[in-house]
Amino acid sequence: MATTSMAQAINQALADALAEDERVLVFGEDVGTLGGVFRITDGLAAKYGERRCFDTPLAESGIVGMAVGMAMHGLRPVVEMQFDAFAYPAFEQIVSHVAKMRNRTRGRVSLPMVIRAPYGGGIGGVEHHSDSSEAYYAHTPGLTVVAPATVADAYSLLRAAVAWPDPVIFLEPKRLYWSKEEVTLPVHAEPIGRAVVRRGGTDATLVAYGPSVRVALAAAEAAREEGWDLEVVDVRSIVPLDEETLVASVRRTGRAVVVAEAPGFASVASELTALLAERCFHALAAPVLRVTGFDIPYPSPKLEHHHLPDVERVLDAVAALQWEDA
Amino acid sequence: MATRSKAAGARLLPSAEPVRFIEADGTPVARRGLPGGPELRAAYRALVLGRRFEQQATALVKQGQLAVYPSAHGQEAAEVGAVLALRSTDWIFPTYRDSVALLTRGVDPVEILTLLRGEWHCGYDPYTHHAAPQCTPLATQAPHAVGLAFAAQARGEETVALAFVGDGATSEGDFHEALNFAAVFHLPVVFFVQNNQYAISVPVRRQTAAPSLAHKAIGYGMPGVLVDGNDAAAVLSVVGAAARRAREGEGPTLVEAVTYRIDAHTNADDATRYRPDEEVTGWLARDPLARLTAYLTNSGQLNVDVEAAVAAEAEELAADLRTRLVAEVPPPPRELFAHVYHRPTQRLRDQAELLRAESTAPEGS
Ligand SMILES: Cc1ncc(C[n+]2csc(CCOP(=O)(O)OP(=O)(O)O)c2C)c(N)n1
Ligand SMILES: [Mg+2]
Repeated sequence: MATTSMAQAINQALADALAEDERVLVFGEDVGTLGGVFRITDGLAAKYGERRCFDTPLAESGIVGMAVGMAMHGLRPVVEMQFDAFAYPAFEQIVSHVAKMRNRTRGRVSLPMVIRAPYGGGIGGVEHHSDSSEAYYAHTPGLTVVAPATVADAYSLLRAAVAWPDPVIFLEPKRLYWSKEEVTLPVHAEPIGRAVVRRGGTDATLVAYGPSVRVALAAAEAAREEGWDLEVVDVRSIVPLDEETLVASVRRTGRAVVVAEAPGFASVASELTALLAERCFHALAAPVLRVTGFDIPYPSPKLEHHHLPDVERVLDAVAALQWEDA
Repeated sequence: MATRSKAAGARLLPSAEPVRFIEADGTPVARRGLPGGPELRAAYRALVLGRRFEQQATALVKQGQLAVYPSAHGQEAAEVGAVLALRSTDWIFPTYRDSVALLTRGVDPVEILTLLRGEWHCGYDPYTHHAAPQCTPLATQAPHAVGLAFAAQARGEETVALAFVGDGATSEGDFHEALNFAAVFHLPVVFFVQNNQYAISVPVRRQTAAPSLAHKAIGYGMPGVLVDGNDAAAVLSVVGAAARRAREGEGPTLVEAVTYRIDAHTNADDATRYRPDEEVTGWLARDPLARLTAYLTNSGQLNVDVEAAVAAEAEELAADLRTRLVAEVPPPPRELFAHVYHRPTQRLRDQAELLRAESTAPEGS
């Protein structure tokens, strides 16, 4: 076993994809010579050449739009959006074309392409550098949306995303880039479309994805002292969603808290909460609660810790799950 | 880049007057470079078929058979010339305006009108015809042409990609990004702007302060060419040269075809609210079909027999379109769920089932 960071795992996944499939291309802003502002593409241009990994002009819509044309004609582009909030110029391409090409052509043209974006906060970024934009993508039919929470998943889900027949939005929790695990690459984890129980428990289920999985796991650890045995389910694949794993867990425990750092209103957390309420109603001892970011523009570095769901806030929610009625 | 001379820059600029081979009355401007008889007769045929197709489509709107039709009446020489200048393996990226281009490419007229008939899909197989689905979000197809050209080049093909763009759409960000990417990566792309003078109601002078749309090319380091879009011979020649350049590895070209939209933006638009009738009359006198017909007839390259045969073919096309379009059965509602992903998700399967149950539920249940 080797100690590997999430950044290394993503780099390795891209390198292995480039090595295995000559249709794969990696491009974006500063991804070539520099290796990306987070160094995720470090060394790829040198190793696989300028035709396979390269810098583009600074224009996100152009990057994604060009990838559409490439994917139409036999290539498998993997593009990097430099930061979550800088993907917005590409939004029209993503919503009107990336997501819809298969449908607009009655299944004749598919777009196997990956849009990678460092996402979420917790790194002390100034404004526009900490957005959690998963709801926009998850709300758009035609997109596959995944967010790894572990080093192994970062590698395995990215390889799966590159091989996936549909366009994938690959959200990389930037505050986990330097998190490390004992894992030897290549690693083959569960496929896209599967949630994973990260920690078994009997009293309540914490549902989380991306950067919030660690928070949920830490909360579950801390909850032991309070006498609660919490299960943690890592959603991993927001679209398609593995409803069965989530529902089975919550039916078993009878209580659930959904944790995500995006603003809670009209969010993925809201969708998960509604789903669990609909499908687990008779098994629930308490309403499903949400612990999310506030409904505010992402705060300044000095104040972001107030915004991000933390162990305390998760435990408060767990405490509010009507235990006295149990 | 710094080594590029001023002279090289100047060569990127369009001519002051649009390239024209045939005057509005059919008189040839110059014989040099004028495409030959077979090419021009093919353009003539495509123009006649295109115009008849448009008339039929417009009639089908009136009969309630089409949801909407954006007519390219007046622009047929541009539509036809651009496509005939390409090889059938070259890709075209048309807009909602460019049905005649698709017809010229050989797409079944019923398939062309599928979307405008109110279906949710483009109707034809893009891979069969090397034609992307007709694009409505303005200029967003231009970066796709760039990407396709990139892929073609990477695969060692000689394929050229041509993006149709309207004058109004040149103001969109994607137009800029596409031209810039194509030039920076030196890709085999032709950007074919049909300046039909209006974007719905807004005249082209409100889109740009540049001397012409073709002038924009120099800002990207590619040549810009102005062409008389009502002269099929000139369009054939100019787009042909741009495609040749692209194929020979000399990079992209921006072509502005100066033309006019004779009809309203679509059947739902009232053009009298923003343009005088005299303007339309003036452009009717520059009709692309009359021009080519006059030239070919005067130069002895078209006789009444050929004319009659093409006219008969056009009537046949229209009749066949009417019959088949009206008989076309829309896909079942459950197919709405079939192509969202390569495999419908469980949610989509559940929703398809819900819709099925609703539509088979007995009355009053
Ligand atoms: C991004 C976007 N904005 C607005 C529209 C609505 N719209 C459809 S056609 C049109 C005018 C386009 O004019 P032009 O580019 O000159 O093409 P033409 O219709 O004249 O062929 C507008 C504004 C659209 N389709 N896409
Ligand atoms: Mg126009």
